[in-house]
Amino acid sequence: MSLTPEMIKHIAKLARIGLDPSDIDATCHTLNDILGWIDQLAEVRIDDVPPMVGTETEPLRQREDTITEGNCRDSLFSCAPETSGPFYTVPRVVE
Amino acid sequence: MTLTKLTLTEARQGLVARTFSARELVQAHLDAIERLNPTLNAYITPCPQSDVLKAADAADERYKHQKAGRMDGLPIGIKDLFCTQGIRTTAASAMLADFIPPYESTVTERLLKEGALFLGKTNLDEFAMGSATTNSAFGPTINPWKRADAPEIALVAGGSSGGSSAAVAAGLALASTGTDTGGSIRQPAAYCGIVGLKPTYGRCSRWGIIAYASSLDQAGPMTRSVADAALMLEVMAGADSRDSTCSPRPVPAFHQAVGKSVKGLRVGIPSEYRVDGLSPEILALWEQGITWLKEAGCEIVEVSLPHTRYGLPSYYIIAPAECSSNLARYDGIRFGLRKDAPTLDELYEKTRAAGFGTEVRRRILIGTYVLSAGYYDAYYLKAQKVRTLIMRDFEHAFNTVDVLLTPTAPSAAFAQNDNVNDPVQMYLNDIFTVPASLAGTPALSVPAGLNKAGLPLGLQIIGRHFDEETVLSIGSALEKAAGFTHRPTLYAGAGA
Repeated sequence: MSLTPEMIKHIAKLARIGLDPSDIDATCHTLNDILGWIDQLAEVRIDDVPPMVGTETEPLRQREDTITEGNCRDSLFSCAPETSGPFYTVPRVVE
Repeated sequence: MTLTKLTLTEARQGLVARTFSARELVQAHLDAIERLNPTLNAYITPCPQSDVLKAADAADERYKHQKAGRMDGLPIGIKDLFCTQGIRTTAASAMLADFIPPYESTVTERLLKEGALFLGKTNLDEFAMGSATTNSAFGPTINPWKRADAPEIALVAGGSSGGSSAAVAAGLALASTGTDTGGSIRQPAAYCGIVGLKPTYGRCSRWGIIAYASSLDQAGPMTRSVADAALMLEVMAGADSRDSTCSPRPVPAFHQAVGKSVKGLRVGIPSEYRVDGLSPEILALWEQGITWLKEAGCEIVEVSLPHTRYGLPSYYIIAPAECSSNLARYDGIRFGLRKDAPTLDELYEKTRAAGFGTEVRRRILIGTYVLSAGYYDAYYLKAQKVRTLIMRDFEHAFNTVDVLLTPTAPSAAFAQNDNVNDPVQMYLNDIFTVPASLAGTPALSVPAGLNKAGLPLGLQIIGRHFDEETVLSIGSALEKAAGFTHRPTLYAGAGA
């Protein structure tokens, strides 16, 4: 499976990473090199092998859904690049 | 006495005996940082001297009143991937160049609680993605070691925890924290001639560590001795309700495993690690390690891990997939860099293009691709199945042996300009460390000798899940036999 420049543009769109048009060919070339090397996995027989999701050394646990640290709006807002009153700001999305 | 030469264990003894004060210990390190950090670039953000000295004075008070914690007054470096409350935490990315976390990671919180003093935040590959600490938005870290035949060539410190390894090797910290996703503690430890321990996945909480690949990321100590790694892991490890993958098992007294007899333990030598083109120097060191362990009373057993060669390619599906998901949070809105644009999508695209470096963008794109509709089964699901086979290889081997012995890396530290334009060649540096990451087993790198050019080489010990103790016992036997006392060219103790 080889990536085309069109596919690179599509992936970049999905990842929301702006790609300079002049970088598309080079990106395509590098990613195809990496994927070509990854393709050696094709020779591994995986019939009836279950996928490993985590390291599965411990069962996942649930905890009570309780507030442990509340009232931290101001400290969280101190990290935001732009706020307005008690809100994060984004460009207008509704006309 | 050169205070920057000490191990954690020696420094703690000196503080208890009041041979020197925490203030003197810290001042020696602050001086070393001032002198050598401009050359090495081991720290992205050194902590303000007045803050560290004030913390040292508080530690001295606790020693005076016999209330000192297990790491009290010991100056260490913190990889700049651990969130530290009120101290800038960048992940070596332009995306987080101004990020000051409002909270403390679990691991650093535990170190602080036992009195550890933070000298600063150490350099790394951006978001821990790399094997050389050349992918940092704050410039590369330089290895304090030099080739005897070409001292003018700047070498890489390994990665991604290269700032941590360089700081410990050069005397700019008694020890450092690192994180390891595919080898990021062990490989830089080997390149800089120090000890690096990746604990079992789940041994240390990941809470507050900036996420790269959540099923692989694990924190661990980078130190000058195996005993120091045991001491520091005891403090760093343990249950944490804020990370559901963190193990609730009690933390063993790891220091008791150090120096314990290894007589009768069975050491596996995986034949698949004898890869084509492996340097004869690395092979010779491996043979030497086998001889040392035989002499210590271990039984050497040839074992097979047949899926070893598929470790790296499956890692480069799984890790980018998880990274593309984890790094989706950098949107320019809630924290981090923001590049304004007329629409929301353009804001995301401009922010993420400007904030992420080349390798991070590359891994996000690969991860997005292997998770996208139509390719998920062929790539991501397949890699997860291969991961099962790799895990089974280890389980099978550990039915007959207690640990595995391998080289840590296929070469010594290379030059800053090598491999930069060939990602696959750069990925191959992690060929011996990635399998244990995928399986989640503990693994330790111990400096074991020098190559002909005078650069350090490491041996790796891989153990069963949650059996860091046997790994540390074997590690200390190797350490004792190797007697590695070499120091790098750029070194705070030199001429002092």
